[in-house]
Amino acid sequence: MKKFTFLVCFLVTGFAFGAGSNYPLDKAEYDLTDKASLQHGAMLFNNYCLGCHSMQYQRYQRSFEDLDIPLELGQEMLQFTGEKVSDHIDTAMPAESGATWFGAPPPDLTLVARVRGADWIYTYLRTFYVDENKTFGVNNKVFKDVGMPHVLEELQGTPRLTTEKVLVDGEMVDRYVGIKTDGNGELSADEYDAAVLDLVNYLVYVGEPARLELEAIGKWVIAFILVLFIFVYLLKKEYWRDVH
Amino acid sequence: MFKNLLDWIEYRIPMMRVANMHAIQYPAPKNMNFWYIFGFLATIVLVNQIVTGIWLTMSFEPSAERAFASVEYIMRDVQYGSILRYMHSTGASFFFIVVYLHMFRGMMYGSYQKPRELLWLFGMFIYLALMAEAFMGYVLPWGQMSYWGAQVIVSLFSAIPVVGPDLVIWIQGDYVISGATLNRFFALHVIALPLVIVILVFLHIVALHEVGSNNPDGVEVKRKKGSLKEEEKTKFEMHEYYTKKYDIIDDVVPFFPHIVLKDLVAFCVFLALFCYVMFFMPEMGGYFLEKPNFEIANPLKTPEHIFPVWYFTPFYAILKAVPDKLGGVIAMFAAIIALAVLPWIDRGKVKSWRYRCGFHKWNLIIFAIVFVFLGYLGGTPQENWKITASQIATIMYFGFFVLLFIYSKNEKTKPVPERITK
Amino acid sequence: MSNVSVDATDSSINENQPQDNPRRRFLTIATSVVGAVGVVGAAVPFIGSWQPSEKAKAAGADVQIDISKVEPGQLIRVIWRSKPVWVVRRTPELLASLKNHEDQLKDPNSEVEQQPAFAQNSYRSLKEEYLILVGICTHLGCSPQHLTDGAFAQYAEGVSEGFFCPCHGSKFDMAGRVFESVPAPSNLVVPPYQFVDDNTVIIGSEAEA
Repeated sequence: MKKFTFLVCFLVTGFAFGAGSNYPLDKAEYDLTDKASLQHGAMLFNNYCLGCHSMQYQRYQRSFEDLDIPLELGQEMLQFTGEKVSDHIDTAMPAESGATWFGAPPPDLTLVARVRGADWIYTYLRTFYVDENKTFGVNNKVFKDVGMPHVLEELQGTPRLTTEKVLVDGEMVDRYVGIKTDGNGELSADEYDAAVLDLVNYLVYVGEPARLELEAIGKWVIAFILVLFIFVYLLKKEYWRDVH
Repeated sequence: MFKNLLDWIEYRIPMMRVANMHAIQYPAPKNMNFWYIFGFLATIVLVNQIVTGIWLTMSFEPSAERAFASVEYIMRDVQYGSILRYMHSTGASFFFIVVYLHMFRGMMYGSYQKPRELLWLFGMFIYLALMAEAFMGYVLPWGQMSYWGAQVIVSLFSAIPVVGPDLVIWIQGDYVISGATLNRFFALHVIALPLVIVILVFLHIVALHEVGSNNPDGVEVKRKKGSLKEEEKTKFEMHEYYTKKYDIIDDVVPFFPHIVLKDLVAFCVFLALFCYVMFFMPEMGGYFLEKPNFEIANPLKTPEHIFPVWYFTPFYAILKAVPDKLGGVIAMFAAIIALAVLPWIDRGKVKSWRYRCGFHKWNLIIFAIVFVFLGYLGGTPQENWKITASQIATIMYFGFFVLLFIYSKNEKTKPVPERITK
Repeated sequence: MSNVSVDATDSSINENQPQDNPRRRFLTIATSVVGAVGVVGAAVPFIGSWQPSEKAKAAGADVQIDISKVEPGQLIRVIWRSKPVWVVRRTPELLASLKNHEDQLKDPNSEVEQQPAFAQNSYRSLKEEYLILVGICTHLGCSPQHLTDGAFAQYAEGVSEGFFCPCHGSKFDMAGRVFESVPAPSNLVVPPYQFVDDNTVIIGSEAEA
């Protein structure tokens, strides 16, 4: 599959930033049948993302029902601004404020997993690093000069680029070896990866909520077609005995 | 009682006569092979597109503000909406797969040659209408690729000298691609072009049944009246429309049930493939539904790589191969016109490649490979080597027609059998 | 099959011609049956997609209303599934008068199922005081007018208050019961509803038994 990288240029704000990067993406081994993971992902999304990003095409109720969350519990735990369960998952932040604060309104995330792919999001959320030159004090390995703060920092801890000295052509050079946190986050590195994976899982689900249902129907449809094929094939054979 | 009703109708409208003539007692060569299923499959896909299209229209809202959201509304809120939508989007790509194989069949067995020139031309008109239909349909979801694809394709018209720029504005109905463009494309996509396609398909079939089906041997099954002995004639009951004018050789089967059953076997296999894609991988890795199209149209931001959908990419590669705007557009249209005038480029008398010279076989195979390669070049990100490659491939594409025109005049062919071989 | 003209018995010949045999007939029927099942299956999404969408369902969800501010004798209107629903707080006098004109009604005992089981009584309500009705005439769907203070007496002798449909003159009393000799065939519909507490009604669902 093609890797999508984007060179984006927001002419309207005159605020240009690029996402073009060849940073190798980590594989997101998400599992749409894992309801616990999806529920955790939904919780993370509503707590950390929904403040700025909408999911305007998805209804709370759809998420709750597909994720086996009782409606009352969902309304209590996952809806913060008093909407009805049948409402769309909209952010409370006005788009104009977004444009003012971040240079561009934060994009809607309903379909982000279908646009970027799970691997991209998984890697993106794990490659923020401290860069004092940036507005929000962070930069990103996958999305260079991103105009978004590292909202998961309290979970991950403060991420810093780590390098090691290596000898290249007789000179000592700093080589990037990864991102390490100061260990001041609520989660360990593995726990953080797992949490991000849950969030990615949820985003993949929301991108196409009918996925599992379609596959369940598809199996029966194809099984039926095979049965039909046997009958049609035998009948065809029978009739073509007329022809020598 | 029921018989009386049928007779009553038949007396007033020739229902059974037409059915017998065209769908039951139509003499079809018995050796029609795998390559002869795609006409039937194309008809099935056409019906699928029309029916699912009607259903999608019930929930789609053709406005720049609501189009993208209404597609997601169909995908999420409408009961069975995602199935209907994927049937339609998968159908679009399968339509072209089937049509390309159908066209290649015609080229292999010389189905465009005399007396089937008009049949081929109607087919080419269907293909053109289908491209317009597919293009406008792709604009409707109003995603990034919809928008920028429309931008690029409509801009092609600006290459026309003098009137070009004004023409583009007229087509768009605005200074950019906008809601006005979306609305008119919607009207054309759901009413005008389907109507044109259905009429053309009707004409295509009428023309086919007038001249009769070709076959892998390229042997005509309808012979001059009185030229066949009684035991050489078919024992199947064929419609008198055919038997009055011709002697039908004993190498045919009736369309129903024999050909229909054969087509239905193919249909089952096709349907299984179709459903597999539709239910399990409707994006087909970004080829049937391109990833940037899941992002709403943004007139201020072009996706880094824009490609047309896969079925247009061979022609897109030809467009890009020519380093001149007008020249590229001309080359692209010439590529389609060359196909349309194939019956007059090919001056050979032998139809099937089975009995034509070995060079012809290779020429056609290489043409098919070049066409697929052009598709690859037009559908992947621009790289330096690809510019030269697409130029060479473009030359080879047109080379096929030039060579065919030259060698078909005095071609060394093998003897064509009198009767259809098994 | 129209092409089947020669019997299987004399078809040992090597020519291309139609034959007939039991196996062929069986397979034809079996394939047709399986095919018909397929057609029915394929029709499911097309028929099913005409059901109300999630959007329509969200719009048609239960409505919760506060009735603490409805005064005796007052009628308030709320929207439920895009239809007007009336809530009337009936006075004791009005309730008492309901018995007086039962001889003028088509279905005084609500025998036709136009209400949930809990409302099949002479008041057609869960609590006597509160009348809750879908405000749509059972004739052709207009919304009747609420006529009070004797204005209704011109249409029904001795009945001072009721509902009168301006479209075709159908008449209903203050329990939504239809009068004789009007076009409307049955009583006004009582929607499913339940009291959460004394002041709150949910329209759209009944309390679970």
